[in-house]
Amino acid sequence: MSARLRGYALFAGVAALALVVAPLVLPAFRLDELAKYLCFAIAALGIGLAWGQGGMLTLGQGVFFGLGGYAMAMYLKLHDADGDLPDFMVWSGVEKLPALWKPFESPVVAVVAVVAVPVAVATLLGVLVFRQRVRGAYFAILTQALAAAFGILIVGQQALTGGTNGLTNFYDFFGQDPEADSTQRTMYYVTAVVLGVLYLAARQLVKSRFGRLLVAVRDGEDRVRFLGYNPATVKTVTFAVSAGMAGIAGALFVPVVGIISPSLLDVVPSLELVVAVAVGGRYTLAGAILGAVAMNYAKTSFSEQWAGGWLYLEGALFIVVMTLAPKGAIGLYEQARDALARRRAPAAPAVPVGKEAAA
Amino acid sequence: MSGTEKDAALLEIRGLEVVFDGFRALGGVDLTVERGELRFLIGPNGAGKTTLIDVVTGLTRPAAGSVRFAGTDVAGMREHRIVRLGIGRTFQTSVVFEELSVVENLDLAAGFRRPLPTLLRQRRGVSDTVAAALDTIGLGALADRPAGVLSHGQRQWLEIGMLVAQRPRLLLLDEPVAGMSRDERDRTGELLTEIARDHTVVVVEHDMEFLRRYASQVTVLHEGRVLVEGDVAAVQADPRVQEVYLGRTKKEAA
Ligand SMILES: Nc1ncnc2c1ncn2[C@@H]1O[C@H](COP(=O)(O)OP(=O)(O)OP(=O)(O)O)[C@@H](O)[C@H]1O
Ligand SMILES: [Mg+2]
Repeated sequence: MSARLRGYALFAGVAALALVVAPLVLPAFRLDELAKYLCFAIAALGIGLAWGQGGMLTLGQGVFFGLGGYAMAMYLKLHDADGDLPDFMVWSGVEKLPALWKPFESPVVAVVAVVAVPVAVATLLGVLVFRQRVRGAYFAILTQALAAAFGILIVGQQALTGGTNGLTNFYDFFGQDPEADSTQRTMYYVTAVVLGVLYLAARQLVKSRFGRLLVAVRDGEDRVRFLGYNPATVKTVTFAVSAGMAGIAGALFVPVVGIISPSLLDVVPSLELVVAVAVGGRYTLAGAILGAVAMNYAKTSFSEQWAGGWLYLEGALFIVVMTLAPKGAIGLYEQARDALARRRAPAAPAVPVGKEAAA
Repeated sequence: MSGTEKDAALLEIRGLEVVFDGFRALGGVDLTVERGELRFLIGPNGAGKTTLIDVVTGLTRPAAGSVRFAGTDVAGMREHRIVRLGIGRTFQTSVVFEELSVVENLDLAAGFRRPLPTLLRQRRGVSDTVAAALDTIGLGALADRPAGVLSHGQRQWLEIGMLVAQRPRLLLLDEPVAGMSRDERDRTGELLTEIARDHTVVVVEHDMEFLRRYASQVTVLHEGRVLVEGDVAAVQADPRVQEVYLGRTKKEAA
């Protein structure tokens, strides 16, 4: 199939660009920034699944991003402390390592927790809300409230979490100096490869029967029930997968950027992720990734010129996209491509635009 | 209670009452459908036909009464569990999944008993069940088109096909020919007849001509109660039916 081949070629092209060209042409600090965007792209990929494919507008992915990030950061802090208490605890007058921290002395536990904790939290939430048929705006508000509450919780537990400052100042990342160019470069490759692998896995999921079922749940949850499926299960599984992705994103963010803090996981960053997915095009996984990279790049560039203005621009862009181009940049591209194809072959029978679900 | 699965009727409804905010939509309905039957359910607007189907399929909870399917009480069970017992339904306004292709719609319907992990595999080709359903509803030429491009009639057929692909023991069709053209009605009538050969089917229908052509056993519902039950000729001749129902349809048809 030619469309399929074209898809593989495109993926290979983007992979080559990311893994070969970018490291060659970008200065170290730009590559580091790109790595950060790719972290957000991993979280955005999860939103593409949950929202774009599954219709669950999740405004609280920052929670899962944060859980993954803190799991990683807690391990790094304990490793740096080398048997003592982490620095911020000493400053807060903590005398004994809190029980919550104890398991994170083990790197294995920490890495498992990066995925397992967000998945567990999302599963619990999903079982509670989807069974009760909470959906649409109610679900969106609920997840947003969760993000707000999580932020407040972390800020309030200064001694346990590092409070507003978050966890930072890491000196050793699995035997490497996290600030060194070589470590940063390695982290860039790791992040890019993780994103690529997760993208392929998500794409496989979308194309599978489960993915078709997910789209059906998005478009007609009640009808799906009368086909003998339980939509709550489908949604819970998908929500958990998206939470796991956000957790991985948060965990990679820690060595890439060197910090995890409440301001990175509460309401605003959660919303920014969703806006990015909407702008890129939520109905395709590629659109979600594109949106995350492009919007975060724009944010960096824009903030360098006019700090503080970005949030307004972002809000305006979101409104424009949702009202005028709900399928985002990818949707506009597809429209233009189809229009062009029709112009080129006016004699061909009119084929209604096929809404490709998989990207 | 009412015996084992073997000697019980396929569907046994006794004393069924449904109340919406004080309004009695069903006021004590008894209905028995035997295996292999093709039963038509008619009645003027608001008679409670859809409500009856809603109760049987778990969408609405009854205030009183029982619904036994092959000996199992289904009143109050969750929708997808009832489907798994073998009751399938269509809706008055057809709902197909527009983004999915015709085959994907059928495949989704046919696969409802697959365990979740096996759903993670991609569909390869078309299963026999799906192929048979596709053949029955005559949409083979549109198999790979998105269901969103189908006409109203084709959507109804796809819905019926999705039901058949689930191999249910009881099919409940809510006004399958509403809004259809004459040709489409004829085609649907044939489809029904074909399906009724090896399925138990309950059809809600308004259209008297359709009824005359394709019905044998008819139950008339009026204001939440069963008014008359019998074969088409007897029901049509019944003065009570003419009073509450036929008078209206004559007007509607005109
Ligand atoms: N969810 C509901 N809440 C309140 N009243 C309802 C509800 N559903 C149905 N009703 C009422 O119950 C009565 C029976 O409705 P039902 O839809 O079962 O009628 P019907 O026989 O299917 O009619 P039609 O031929 O118009 O489809 C109507 O008076 C309707 O207004
Ligand atoms: Mg009705």
